[in-house]
Amino acid sequence: MIEIRNIRKTFDGRTVLNNISAVFETGKTNLIIGQSGSGKTVLLKCIIGLLRPDSGDIMYDDAGILHLRKHELDKLRKEMGMLFQGSALFDSMTVLENVMFPLDMISRDSYRDRKKRAMFCLERVNLLNSEHLYPSEISGGMMKRAGIARAIALNPKYLFCDEPNSGLDPKTSLLIDELIHDITKDYRMTTVINTHDMNSVINIGETIAFIKEGVLEWQGNKFEVITSNNQALNDFVFASDLFRKIKDMENQKEG
Amino acid sequence: MKSSLHILGEYTLLMGKTFTAPTRWGMFFRQLMREIYKLGADSLGIVVIISIFIGTVIAIQISLNISSPLIPKFTIGYTTREIILLEFSSSIMCLILAGKVGSNIASEIGTMRVTEQIDAMEIMGVNSANFLILPKIVGLMLFIPVLVVFSMFTGIIGGIGASYADINGMTPSSFIYGLQFYFNSYYIAYSVIKALVYAFIIASVASYFGYNVKGGALDVGKASTNAVVMSSILILMADVILTHILLT
Repeated sequence: MIEIRNIRKTFDGRTVLNNISAVFETGKTNLIIGQSGSGKTVLLKCIIGLLRPDSGDIMYDDAGILHLRKHELDKLRKEMGMLFQGSALFDSMTVLENVMFPLDMISRDSYRDRKKRAMFCLERVNLLNSEHLYPSEISGGMMKRAGIARAIALNPKYLFCDEPNSGLDPKTSLLIDELIHDITKDYRMTTVINTHDMNSVINIGETIAFIKEGVLEWQGNKFEVITSNNQALNDFVFASDLFRKIKDMENQKEG
Repeated sequence: MKSSLHILGEYTLLMGKTFTAPTRWGMFFRQLMREIYKLGADSLGIVVIISIFIGTVIAIQISLNISSPLIPKFTIGYTTREIILLEFSSSIMCLILAGKVGSNIASEIGTMRVTEQIDAMEIMGVNSANFLILPKIVGLMLFIPVLVVFSMFTGIIGGIGASYADINGMTPSSFIYGLQFYFNSYYIAYSVIKALVYAFIIASVASYFGYNVKGGALDVGKASTNAVVMSSILILMADVILTHILLT
């Protein structure tokens, strides 16, 4: 479980995050949603320790990440996996080398065991025949899957995904969502996903934190999104006609 | 705009992060070999071509400018050797390498920064500065002196080649005599010492500019240019200081 308490972050006097508190539960896909520029990427970077908030606390189970010493933070980071928006695969390495990288750098296993683990992760994301290709030779969806394989290589307790569906077609987006959801369940990870993809919200939003202009505007789950009366949330989630119609239909059913 | 003091502070902190023992020596040596090949061995061609041509031009120009019967012809070979050994093969060649290698390092690391590849390493608990920058600094410090010696050798070959053109009475025998005249082997050591310092400047300054890129492709381009400009200025300043320390 990850708990954030009263997080505040400013850049050059401009408040980007203001007093945000939330709990991200173990074994669930926890979503942070919000418009572009709402502060969700900054929040995710604070949670993973790439940015330091001005005030507040971030608890990984019982450990406060802001109070850890360097070696303790390094140890905690070995329990984190991250899928970046652009996948962030290393260009000079093949898909297999990318997945093996965290194992090569961290694990003390033999080369054979490390390769076996990497191949298992690639199999898990259905990328077994692309292990010798370079990132520039594979599609966007395959890059995301390779990124997921690399993120889970060290069998992390915490998985973070920054806009996992950006730049993907709806069908591939759905596959990536399902893959992240399945992995979360199978390995009982605490998964935090930063997204503004409404399909993800409806499909895998087990807990949802909606951020507007740096403030936590609403919290709930995918079922509560449909019935919520929060105007800002409705304006964001049901911005498209299709989603608005779905919401009206759901409300009519309930009525 | 960052102040010079701020940049110096950032650079020092980055070097502190870079110069730590690698977590995995095997990975470090693998990276080191890659960098030596990519940044060093790959520059061999351009070093040889430039050195041969400049060696030839130096010999021809000196030959054309020394027309007094009071100055012996072997002076052409002697002067060519001194120019190549003392300044061209170390300082000028490293200025050229600062352009080629420095921009390569800054753009590579800068691209890794803007595409979040460096963040990905940090999240894994990997010291990204140590993993990316240390092999480049060590690789260049090992291989640039080799390139400098190659440059000396090929520059002098170029000069000997020019002596066969019989310009203004210059003959191969007088040129070769001049090359051997009053030879001081310390000048080679002096050049190699300078090359070591320049290699450190090129790799560390370019890495600093690449590592601290913020923004996108445009900023990577700017970082690359800034890296070349700054390392060139530092090489020239180091040249003055080292010459003063080592030769006076």
